[in-house]
Amino acid sequence: MASKIFIFLFSAFAAYSYIVYISSDKGNKEGTPDKHVIAGWKTWQDKNCQSCHQLYGLGGYMGPDLTNIVSQPGRNTAYLLSFIKHGSDKMPDFELNETQSGDLVSFLAWVDKSGKSKVREDQVNWSGNYMLDKPN
Amino acid sequence: MLLIAALLFGLLASFAFLYPGAFNKFLPFYQLRPFHVSSALFWIITGATAGIIYYKKEAFNLSEENEKTESSFIVLWIGTILAIFLCYALRLFGGREYWEFPPVLSIPLLAGWMIFMISYYTQLAKLKQAKPLYIWMWSTGIFFFLITFVEQNLWQIPWFRSSFLKEITVQWKANGAIVGAWNQMIYGTALYLMVKISNNKTIAESRKAFSFYFLGLTNLMFNWGHHIYNVPAASWIRDISYIISMTEWVIFISIIKDFRWKLEERDRLKHLIPYRFIIASEFWVFVNLLLALLMSIPAINRYTHGTHITVAHAMGTTIGINTMILLGSLGYMLDVDEQSMRLKRTIKNANLLTQVSLGIFWLSLVVAGILKGYRSVSLNIVDFREMMKPVMIAMTVVSVSGIGLMVGLGTMAVCYLLISKKKSIGIELQHGKS
Repeated sequence: MASKIFIFLFSAFAAYSYIVYISSDKGNKEGTPDKHVIAGWKTWQDKNCQSCHQLYGLGGYMGPDLTNIVSQPGRNTAYLLSFIKHGSDKMPDFELNETQSGDLVSFLAWVDKSGKSKVREDQVNWSGNYMLDKPN
Repeated sequence: MLLIAALLFGLLASFAFLYPGAFNKFLPFYQLRPFHVSSALFWIITGATAGIIYYKKEAFNLSEENEKTESSFIVLWIGTILAIFLCYALRLFGGREYWEFPPVLSIPLLAGWMIFMISYYTQLAKLKQAKPLYIWMWSTGIFFFLITFVEQNLWQIPWFRSSFLKEITVQWKANGAIVGAWNQMIYGTALYLMVKISNNKTIAESRKAFSFYFLGLTNLMFNWGHHIYNVPAASWIRDISYIISMTEWVIFISIIKDFRWKLEERDRLKHLIPYRFIIASEFWVFVNLLLALLMSIPAINRYTHGTHITVAHAMGTTIGINTMILLGSLGYMLDVDEQSMRLKRTIKNANLLTQVSLGIFWLSLVVAGILKGYRSVSLNIVDFREMMKPVMIAMTVVSVSGIGLMVGLGTMAVCYLLISKKKSIGIELQHGKS
């Protein structure tokens, strides 16, 4: 009996995994990444940026969430490039060259297009669940 | 050794978090964190496999063991861990959550795990009688560790990176489930220990025990979505995860119902050191399960996600549950109750210091998380430094209580190393005599 239950659950898990793989991208509104985004993503991983920063709240907590840093009021590409180049008292200088810095900003701009990290109050319904498709 | 490394790097990382300027030149936070995370994860996974390798001889009624195969696994596994630490020392990273090392080192880890799996399952196949629950749990954990580890590396296939939402969803599907996989291995060991300590086989054969196992397995498979509630991927992922995660209230209520019976058990067995660790782990299961259940409600998750409440849960479970069970397991293997009164008293006192320090540590992280969540969500403070000002006070308490954790857990680790050394000298002398 236990074996049958296990086989049933595993089959459901396999089917669920397949559905997640093919339909979790929600229409891919951020678009397919170009070579600058891919290079920037690699820099993000090589320098272990996620140990201090988050994307969608996932990562380390030394620095801020960077999901929507590109579209944040008061921030623009020039600001980000300058911050990456000079660092701060908390963030060390990673000695990135101009190409790497530019690619990193391209990656963050691409992530920004995927959606908003922060959930608004009006997107929470009576069951405690989210309605993230609800327009502003 | 891995536990001691995790404690040392964790303590250093906590002070690097508070005083980054002092650490950035020689040992920055982004370097210390992977040292700490990898030490902690490999302590848990290696400790779990060590227990399974040790206990299965009795559990499977084995007449002989696969020593050569298991030695190959151990050599490959430990060798890869050392290579990982070398990469961190040279600031070579792969930048993935949990596995922050260059991804090429996943290959020897995977190879080692498959060697371990082959050894385990070929021996399991020889066991013809009905299998108690702890064997089911070990088998499930080993199998799902393989699946989820492979899934965690799917990002290396370009198709999985064609969309950020797909990539982050698949990554956290695997990250969530792999925790369930190693928990199956460790909780299976806890169950085995309780059968041996209490001399009661029925706790691993009852219908209730198997029901909870399948409930846990369902959560392993489908509950992972609470990591990505705020990610605007397909909404049914969130819906399914929310519903499945709420089923764990059944476990929470069961713990409350069994409380009086637990007190009677405790009175009978509290003189046994391994039991003290198991009962400590059960307390932390209760506390962290309540926290996890609350965090799994999206409306509450809105405040806790991306805060130190997540860290409180991660460390509360890693230290309070997994480490306690592994210390109980290692103590059982090392016959800790046969040691000198002085050594046993040292371990008991160190355990007391650990529990008190962990309590302060955990509460401080929860407070830090509440402060960050409130300031970020309710007060809508956008400036990061401004938002973090009161949080840093709570984080200072975290670091100070971390010293207590280091002393307590470190003392117990050293005691175990001394016992282990004494035992291996004793075995060598016996072999010399014969």
